[in-house]
Amino acid sequence: MADQRALYQQVILDHNKSPRNYGEMECPDHKAEGYNALCGDQFTIYLKMGEGDVIEDITFEGAGCAISKSSASVMTTMLKGKTQAEAQQLFTGFTDMVTSDVDAPFDKDMVGKALVFSGVREYPVRVKCATLAWHTLMSALEDADGTISTE
Amino acid sequence: MSIETSTYDVQAIRKDFPILANARPHAKPLVYLDNAASNQKPQVVIDAIAHYYTHQNSNVHRGIHHLSQVATLHYDAVREKVRDFFNAPSAQEIVFTSGNTDAINLVAQSYGGAFLSEGDEVVITEMEHHSNIVPWQMICEQTGAILRIAPMNDDGDVILEEYEAMLSEKTKFVGIVYVSNALGTVNPVKEMTRMAHDVGAVVLLDAAQAAPHLRIDVQELDCDFLSISPHKMCGPTGIGALYGKADLLDKMPPFKGGGDMILSVTFDETIYNEVPYKFEAGTPNIAGVIGLGAAIDYMMNIGLDQIEAHEAELLAYGTKILQQVDGLRMIGTAKHKAGVLGFVLDAAHPHDIGQILDGEGVAIRAGHHCAQPVMKHFGIPATSRASLSLYNTKQDLDALVVALGNVNEMFG
Repeated sequence: MADQRALYQQVILDHNKSPRNYGEMECPDHKAEGYNALCGDQFTIYLKMGEGDVIEDITFEGAGCAISKSSASVMTTMLKGKTQAEAQQLFTGFTDMVTSDVDAPFDKDMVGKALVFSGVREYPVRVKCATLAWHTLMSALEDADGTISTE
Repeated sequence: MSIETSTYDVQAIRKDFPILANARPHAKPLVYLDNAASNQKPQVVIDAIAHYYTHQNSNVHRGIHHLSQVATLHYDAVREKVRDFFNAPSAQEIVFTSGNTDAINLVAQSYGGAFLSEGDEVVITEMEHHSNIVPWQMICEQTGAILRIAPMNDDGDVILEEYEAMLSEKTKFVGIVYVSNALGTVNPVKEMTRMAHDVGAVVLLDAAQAAPHLRIDVQELDCDFLSISPHKMCGPTGIGALYGKADLLDKMPPFKGGGDMILSVTFDETIYNEVPYKFEAGTPNIAGVIGLGAAIDYMMNIGLDQIEAHEAELLAYGTKILQQVDGLRMIGTAKHKAGVLGFVLDAAHPHDIGQILDGEGVAIRAGHHCAQPVMKHFGIPATSRASLSLYNTKQDLDALVVALGNVNEMFG
């Protein structure tokens, strides 16, 4: 089970069991829903924005596998106080990391504590799980209508 | 019939399947329990396909040269094997298709297109695979017919009274899954077919998950159409077979146009070939048909009743030991089941279960199993599914339970 432990790191298991910033937000400035048709994973991201395009508060709710749920939870803990541009940079860093080749270098400074998801690189079918919340975040920030999907 | 399962030499059977020894997922022995998705192929099937391409390859029904005649002979001989496998009255009633899905689409488009009209009703069950839902939605959309769904209960049994009450003189077609791929339910298809015939409806049985596990007898069932998925029964992918009663196939228009399905073509008029060739446009999957023939020979040599008895014993054993896993709930608890052990676990999502099991060399399916209405019925997005084949052992199921213990340990 050693190789699976590399994917399911303790931080991931912990966030899966006790997700942070979980729940619906009253009167959010933005919200978006993300849906993974193949898995049935579904999350909603709620955002409250402050001055200077700063994310003042962020919550999520929904259901999915441990990877998608913990990824959403870890993401919310990283984004409070970040500007929209910084959030965009983290999104790029995260998606670059999980879609890079297993041995390829990636910029660890770009992903912060989401580094615990680097093991996802070895499991291409799980990339869509890890990125679902991030894509939904981007959709919420852009205030795009409708539901996004990582299928 | 009482079968001495001790005479079933599963270890000898396992040796017929090279992949069971060759594949070492994550350096672990392979425990293959994803047979409802596609099962493994015995050496005789692999060899038959290789032999065809090495010694017999040519196009069928076309050439006067030696190889074309050899290929045609072997191709058409498989039609007789399928007839025997189904106990169909005539080999003319066997149509080769590209798969089970293609077979159902053929019936929906050809029969449905010609004989369904506005206000007619098509009845299917709540536990259908998408392949026996979407083709009927499409033809209903095209013809104005209405699709009605016979509900099931929480064990995963069709509620027969509601099914029967749904049938009326408006019901022109009934599609029923013989064995549910998500739940394992063996539907009482003979009784359901009789009920449909009582109102004059035509019946298709989707036997994709039945043929690997049960002896099929189309004359006893009296179904009008029955389709199978050879790659779930030791055969290759890309091939399917459809049984249809001769009088129905005769009056149905072709599904696809092209070569081999015609007697003569002019720009003014085309005369279609006779059944079953009318439904086999273009060069068929000849090697696939040859492989299917070898797969049927292989299963019939072991004995369909012997396979059924072995798997019934495994299913009972698996059901018993799975229920001892902490937080596990079986999805699909019908009294009469075949081949499928569906479940959810409190501690972990099906995809995480599938991932951890994979690390242990245990291959199962996690997801909605192309039966989203079934998932909706149980209010869950997905299940984990272990599914059986003739080469599985109690040790395979023991390995599954040990690996589920690891899941509980990690996520608990």
